[in-house]
Parts: sequence; structure tokens; C-alpha cells
Amino acid sequence: MNILDELNAASMRADVPDFRPGDTVKVNVRVQEGARSRVQVFQGVVIRRHGAGIGETFTVRKLSYGIGVERTFPVHGPMVDSIEIAMRGKVRRAKLYYLRDRKGKAAKIKEKREV
Amino acid sequence: MDRQIKGILGTKLGMTQVWDENGRAVPVTVVQAGPNVVTQVRKPDVDGYSAVQLGFGDIKLKNVTKPIQGHFEKAGVAPRRHLVELRTSDAADYDLGQTIEATIFEPGQLVDVTGTTKGKGFAGVMKRHGFGGLPASHGAHKVHRAPGSIGGCATPGRVFKGMRMAGRMGHNRHTTQNLRIQAVDAERGLLLIVGAVPGPKNGLVLVRTAVKQVANQ
Repeated sequence: MNILDELNAASMRADVPDFRPGDTVKVNVRVQEGARSRVQVFQGVVIRRHGAGIGETFTVRKLSYGIGVERTFPVHGPMVDSIEIAMRGKVRRAKLYYLRDRKGKAAKIKEKREV
Repeated sequence: MDRQIKGILGTKLGMTQVWDENGRAVPVTVVQAGPNVVTQVRKPDVDGYSAVQLGFGDIKLKNVTKPIQGHFEKAGVAPRRHLVELRTSDAADYDLGQTIEATIFEPGQLVDVTGTTKGKGFAGVMKRHGFGGLPASHGAHKVHRAPGSIGGCATPGRVFKGMRMAGRMGHNRHTTQNLRIQAVDAERGLLLIVGAVPGPKNGLVLVRTAVKQVANQ
């Protein structure tokens, strides 16, 4: 397994911030348009982190013109330019699927205050 | 058999994923390919066909029989655990004792990978042959995964040969064709092959140039 671990380590990123479900993040996504590429921001709540190692993914949910939009990104993928944490959320679940059934104030996540 | 086939023996290390140039995840099987040695060269005037024999893997000398030791001595190499013959038209270009590395393949090339599939033991018809089984309800009792009818009655009065039934599954030699090579690690002798490859981890695999790649392209 050592060689596989080495291979994985080579394609994993070291600059991934420590974020958890409930946090509001800004994901800067590289978008390729023909020859040039630009960075698009996708901001929302992390509703899950799934898997481990090189194949780990996370899902960000946001409301776009009143429609819920979810995007799943690989944590170590090169198309993610960077991840910024906008707010730390206080939640009691690892998977926040209940947010899909809620809207308005009920879908609000309390901010986690550092003591 | 007038094809030029390149091939190398190796062990399957397992699967992982790598990112391609578009940033997409590509599932790959990592194969520790080689180093192999040429232990014999078959020539048409002597053997009636042309092929190279490759050896791979460590083995203790005490486990090698004297006749086989003699065979390796002829090639001037230490005994190896596995031997395989590769029918290729350019066999005469190989020298005895020559080492073969993973670098005989390039990224983007199509290969066929041969291995022994994982043994599944005694398997029923649903797993072994993909039968649909019988209904979950509507009077079906204790026959949910059964094959159903296996033939007629007095005519033909027997079960036809080759009737698909339950039995030993897996542990067969299997070749997966036209797999693409994603990357070659010359330093560690690794081949990264897109997709799955037959056999368990640490299983012996033979990687060869694809025989049908011309038709495929």
C-alpha cells in the first residue's frame, strides 16, 4: 500500500482549510471558457463531507433566485482554486440534509462563537 | 502472428484516482510492472514460431527445481517466479538476459491486461450468470434465487449440455482489452492504467499492447 499512498500524496493538496458541515464557504472554481480561464465564486453552506483521502468530496448548498442549488466538489481537485471560510456554523449533525426541507429563518445556521 | 507485441509482467497494487489535465478525476489501477528479464527467445527455424519468454518475481533458489535452474542458467539470469511467453514478430530483436522495464509503454497507449479473476467460490445462478431469479412474493416459496426450469420433460429426457447452473465462479484467466495508459512512472516502474484490471491486489498481471487497437481507432 505504500506506493499507492505515495501516489495519492502527490495528487493531494496541502492548502485545504479546515472546514466542517455547517460552515459557510466561498469556493473559487476555475472555469475554462475556450482558451482562457477565469475564477467563479460559489458561496453557500457545506452540507456534507463525504469519503476520505484523495476521493473526498464536499457539497455546498446555496439559494439562487429562490431555488436551492447544490454543487459537489472534490476536496483535492485542481479545478477548485481555493476555499475561503466565510462563517463557522454551529450544527449538531454531520449531514445537513434537513436544510433542503427548510427555507427562510428556519434554514438559518447559528454562528459558532469561539470562547 | 505477424504482430509486434510488447508486454510486461507485473503485480496489481490496487486502484486509486488521479487528476487529468482538465481537472477531472480518472480512476486508475496501479501496476508494478517489471523489471522482467528475457529468459528465452523462440525462433521460427528452431521452435517453429517466434516469441520471447519473460521472467518476473523473486524466488528462493531452494524452491527451484534443477531442470528449471538449468533453464535460467542458459539465459544467464537468476531464477524468477513467473515465466510467460509473448508471441511477437520482432522476437529476434530481444537478447537473452535483457531487462524489460515499464517504460516500453507510453501514456495514451491502449493495452490488454490479462490476469486471474478473484475467486467467488460456489455461486448461484443470479450471481454467476445474471439470472433474474423468481418473484419475491405471489406464491414463490424458498425459491427466490433459484434458476427456474432447466429443460423439458420426457422430451428430451435429459438436461442439455452447457446449461447454465450454479457452480464455482471466478479464478479464471481473463483479459480486459483496450485499456488506456494514463501515466508511466519510470522511476518506480509503475503503470497507471485507466479502469479496472482482473484479479486481486498483489495478483500477477500481464500487460500487452492491445491487439484490437487498430480497429478501435
